[in-house]
Amino acid sequence: MQWRNSSRNYGLTSIFMHWGVALAVIGLFALGLWMRGLNYYSPWYRTAPDLHKSIGLILLAVMLLRVVWRWLSPPPAALPGHSPLVRLASTAGHLALYAGLFVVMLSGYLISTADGRPISVFGWFEVPALITGIPRQEDVAGDVHFYAAWALIILAGLHALAALKHYFIDRDDTLRRMFGRAKS
Amino acid sequence: MLKKTFTALTLGAALFAGQAMAADYVIDKQGQHAFVNFKISHLGFSWIYGTFKDFEGTFSFDAANPEASKVNVTLKTASVDTNHAERDKHLRSGDFLNVDKHPTATFTSTSVKSTGEGTADITGNLTLNGVTKPVVIAAKFLGEGKDPWGGYRAGFEGTTTIKMKDFGIKMDLGPQSENVELILTVEGVRQ
Repeated sequence: MQWRNSSRNYGLTSIFMHWGVALAVIGLFALGLWMRGLNYYSPWYRTAPDLHKSIGLILLAVMLLRVVWRWLSPPPAALPGHSPLVRLASTAGHLALYAGLFVVMLSGYLISTADGRPISVFGWFEVPALITGIPRQEDVAGDVHFYAAWALIILAGLHALAALKHYFIDRDDTLRRMFGRAKS
Repeated sequence: MLKKTFTALTLGAALFAGQAMAADYVIDKQGQHAFVNFKISHLGFSWIYGTFKDFEGTFSFDAANPEASKVNVTLKTASVDTNHAERDKHLRSGDFLNVDKHPTATFTSTSVKSTGEGTADITGNLTLNGVTKPVVIAAKFLGEGKDPWGGYRAGFEGTTTIKMKDFGIKMDLGPQSENVELILTVEGVRQ
């Protein structure tokens, strides 16, 4: 299989990024919810948020790469069986997923950097604060982060259901090509 | 005639005797010469200091009659600041101050008992996290007098210790951190 996308299939680069991001998003959502309930004396009280922030910032880097990659290697063309409505809905849905991802990641970043502190990524390097001093920045960013994360995970669920619909009901290549296995 | 004049003069002198008269003061928020700080133990290893940046209040004070003094302070709970965004976010949440539900905290004095030269115990009601309980502030009068800019000021410091659970604060930080000490200092401008 090739690295670049073709007119029929996604290439390895897009495939790895897509499924990697999916795994990260599901994992971060679960981790985020779980860590909110941790007791002050839990051994995970500091580790869980550190992991959440580190993975979140790596995810931000991957998403920025993904946007560049989409420009360098555009996705396969819409399937002939996709009606104008399906094409519109999928474009809107995918755009909403990208937007949701960036809103969640940036708002999360703005919580921890609100006081000017950088965020450490696994102790390897630090991402500095860029925007600080907004009144109650950590609270506002926190609310946005929470609600956008829920919206994103629900949208991702619908995205998965739509893919399964294409596979089991329409029996077309929509899902297959995200594994590089388009038939036609 | 002489007796009347004499009586009038004596009365007048008595009324204006010294500067120790009951006076109303407004806490100097404009120059921020007042602080509502707190301190709580971290694991028994160190102290976390914090402050409430946004508060206002008044007091009335007469050095000749300190037990007639009154004080009233209202603070915005969301103005808490412990120099750490993530911690401050947590402090404002339902685990601690629940600021969206209880945006203010107040202290209103009910009585003052002199405990020595320039010191007093100020008893009053503290409303925090929607719960009102009596507390006693151990206060010390620091001084009063004219300032260089045409005003007249008086200042105090005081401390009191509260148990977080008494005010319905849910978070369990361990046995070392049950109590918070409030450390206050206020300067008022006489009205």
